Amino acid sequence: MSEPAAPRVSLAKLFGVFALIGVTSFGGGIVAYLRHALVEKEKWLDEDGFMGALEIAQTLPGLNSTNMSVIVGRKLRGPLGALVAVLGMILPGAVIVTALGFAYVAFRNDPKVAVVLTGVAAAAVGLLLQVTLKIGWKQLIRPKDLIFVVLVFVMVGIFHISLLVTLVTVAPVAVWLNRPELKKEGT
Amino acid sequence: MTKIVELINVFALLSLLAVGGGTAVLPQMKHDTTVTHEWVTADQFTEIYSLGQLAPGPNMTCVMLIGYEVSGVAGLIAVLVAFFFPACLLCYFVSQIWDAAEGSPWRDAVQRGMAPVVIGLMLAGCYALGKTASYNPTKDWEFNVLTLGIGGVVVAVLALTRINPALTILGGGVAGYFLLG
Repeated sequence: MSEPAAPRVSLAKLFGVFALIGVTSFGGGIVAYLRHALVEKEKWLDEDGFMGALEIAQTLPGLNSTNMSVIVGRKLRGPLGALVAVLGMILPGAVIVTALGFAYVAFRNDPKVAVVLTGVAAAAVGLLLQVTLKIGWKQLIRPKDLIFVVLVFVMVGIFHISLLVTLVTVAPVAVWLNRPELKKEGT
Repeated sequence: MTKIVELINVFALLSLLAVGGGTAVLPQMKHDTTVTHEWVTADQFTEIYSLGQLAPGPNMTCVMLIGYEVSGVAGLIAVLVAFFFPACLLCYFVSQIWDAAEGSPWRDAVQRGMAPVVIGLMLAGCYALGKTASYNPTKDWEFNVLTLGIGGVVVAVLALTRINPALTILGGGVAGYFLLG
């Protein structure tokens, strides 16, 4: 209830700040750019507020970056603020990726372009794996969590069981095994 | 027109299933767009993902290029809206409820329970992408050693240094140009 009064921010300013994050952040590390802009530079959120928003953004479906834009935009300026922040986050990258896409359609039969993209894709797998390990090392070393990591990987990655079926069957069990009563008993 | 509706159906569902971010839906997205619908080939899917890595901002904006492959500019816009709008709308309302539930022990239970599920999905995403990007059975073993090696070097560099991740992606492109050509 005692949420600190958010400073009044103009929609143009909101769009500008998120567009700047959208156009300067590369390689999936958007959280770091968000923290720098929202906490350190603009001071729209304090450290706890940022972590709280990030927890929700990571738990809910959708990209962490766009969810953060929705949450922060909503806190500052309501529904319009959320919309403006998301558009700021997405549009610069969308325009650039469209330009790259047109270039790709024009040059895709050039073998030199193909090998460059193969190299990029090979590196992207490494980046993805590293991010996963960095976020997930705690889960990978706890046997109770590791079972779920492996189960979900096998269901979705190997057997192509639909994501919907996987989430509906596995997620409730995973949450139930972490239910509040168990934590009080110290397990 | 039916193509547009199919695109919207597929990407709107993926939007709502993207628990833990875009990586989590990569396996299902790849399956839906390359096997179920045959909108793009597995190689094209991987190349489109690579383009997304080269652009700033959320790297999943590249999914709109799949829409472009299927039905031009209309497909591009349809996929962009279908992939981002449902999850944003859900986040808007649920984050309000979530704020109201502050202090509830179940919030913690949901977070702790979902964490390993998300990691499993992210690993499946790495695997789905790696099956074409790092190990391509249509190429000879030297080619595959190089692509696996590029990925391995990126993991090592990112673990050991604080380099901007974008540079490792560019480095992969440069390595591809000189080593794989």
